[in-house]
Amino acid sequence: MILKGRIIFNGDAEGEALVTSNPISFYGGVDPETGRVIDKGHELRGKSVAGKVLVFPYGKGSTVGSYVLYRLAKNNLAPAAIINERCETIVAVGAIISGIPCVDMIHIEKIRSGEPVRVKGAKVSL
Amino acid sequence: MLLTTAEQHMLSGREGHATKKCMEILVALGEIYGAKRLVKVSSVQVSGVSYKNLGDAGIEFLSDLAKDGRARVRTTLNPAGMDLANWRTQGIDEGFANKQLQVIDAFGKLGVEISCTCTPYLAGNEPSFGDHIAWGESSAVAYANSVLGARTNREGGPSALAASLTGRTPLYGFHLDENRVPTMLVDVTTALKTMEDYSAMGYFVGKKAGNGVPYFRGVKRAALEDLKTLSAALASSGGVAMYHVEGVTPEANASPRGLDVCQFSRRDLAETASALNDEGSPDFISVGCPHCSLKEVATIAGLLRGRSVRREFWICCSRKVKLLSDRKGFTKTIEDSGAKFACDTCMVVAPIEDLGFKIVATNSAKAAHYLRNNGLRVRFWPLEKCVKEATRTA
Repeated sequence: MILKGRIIFNGDAEGEALVTSNPISFYGGVDPETGRVIDKGHELRGKSVAGKVLVFPYGKGSTVGSYVLYRLAKNNLAPAAIINERCETIVAVGAIISGIPCVDMIHIEKIRSGEPVRVKGAKVSL
Repeated sequence: MLLTTAEQHMLSGREGHATKKCMEILVALGEIYGAKRLVKVSSVQVSGVSYKNLGDAGIEFLSDLAKDGRARVRTTLNPAGMDLANWRTQGIDEGFANKQLQVIDAFGKLGVEISCTCTPYLAGNEPSFGDHIAWGESSAVAYANSVLGARTNREGGPSALAASLTGRTPLYGFHLDENRVPTMLVDVTTALKTMEDYSAMGYFVGKKAGNGVPYFRGVKRAALEDLKTLSAALASSGGVAMYHVEGVTPEANASPRGLDVCQFSRRDLAETASALNDEGSPDFISVGCPHCSLKEVATIAGLLRGRSVRREFWICCSRKVKLLSDRKGFTKTIEDSGAKFACDTCMVVAPIEDLGFKIVATNSAKAAHYLRNNGLRVRFWPLEKCVKEATRTA
């Protein structure tokens, strides 16, 4: 199946999907040194985002969160790609400065955790 | 989005890597928020300066940008995590200080003024009515839109820097007339006697307003300091980027009709102030959130004259206001009492929880809000009571 969205940062990447219906706050919510979700009460708590195609509705929290994505990328722990329902400033800026392919305006409920996903430009192939 | 030839060149990388990254940020944000084009900005205020918030990732990002990026318009800086000159006497750890100085060094290379204040409008970066600007620092955003009539969205650190390095920002949100009109009406039925009353009112209304534009009715007059603290409080309990005060702010036209009305009464004032008070006797007292004006420093000097401070007491202000205070003799009076100036920083962005303090007294609802988030207990008191507490014999 192919889903078509909107390019936030253009690229071509694939990986295993890691899907959540919870918004993600990267600042204080993801550890830049381990790549793991540390937000208390988050559905993905304890899981690593490294190399995954990270699928979540939208980002939240402090704008410093953009720098957390950047740090993850420098530590080779960044997601391979990001898919959002509706991208906002924190994730968009984080993806751009870190070079992480990112698309939004995707019906994320169609994607299952664990399945292989490819993000190419505005297209998401399942 | 429609880009000019010059903007396309920036996006293609012709003007270097940093400019290209910045243009990519602006174009993406423009697409997300439905901007048709970019607009030139005359002024930028960059937030995200304290090493406490930036971490090593922030340093790397800024250093990468500084390789070939330069500010194209006047750009000033938010407070850092310490007084850049007197961090040792503040008790700041050497490791933290070195990291903070790396952050400052990168901003310097980018051509940013090391103003380190949340009140750029008191330190020479004062845009004119109608100017398009790109400011971070939520309290300064609310002040610039509402009191100065300049136009800015609530920028984050990277998006403000992107505006600085390209001289542009996407044209959406508060840059457009239609988004600057009131969305709710606030009837103020109590007299506002002190700065702290304005602060409490902002905190109360911010919770109800969310991202809306409140229109205040019934406020007789408001000094710069009142509007400064009102702006800060509205933007901390809520996401307010703009408000109007009838008879005071420049874009408050005739009372709008057909909007939801909320009241701010004497009881609301008392309840808001009381809800911002925890139990206990403070071991740290700090005023200047947002940074003190010279008038506030003068008031504090008057209250401290001939007295001795018995608890850690910080007066947070910009380096510029401190210089004026030196010349007026206020600095000597204040330092003779044992109180300390904290320039370039404040009680919210400095790592005061690591300095061993537990209970902080402040006259700012914004500071009370963020200090609680940092795990401290707070007392929200009027300025005079804060000073009295600082000088009280144990």
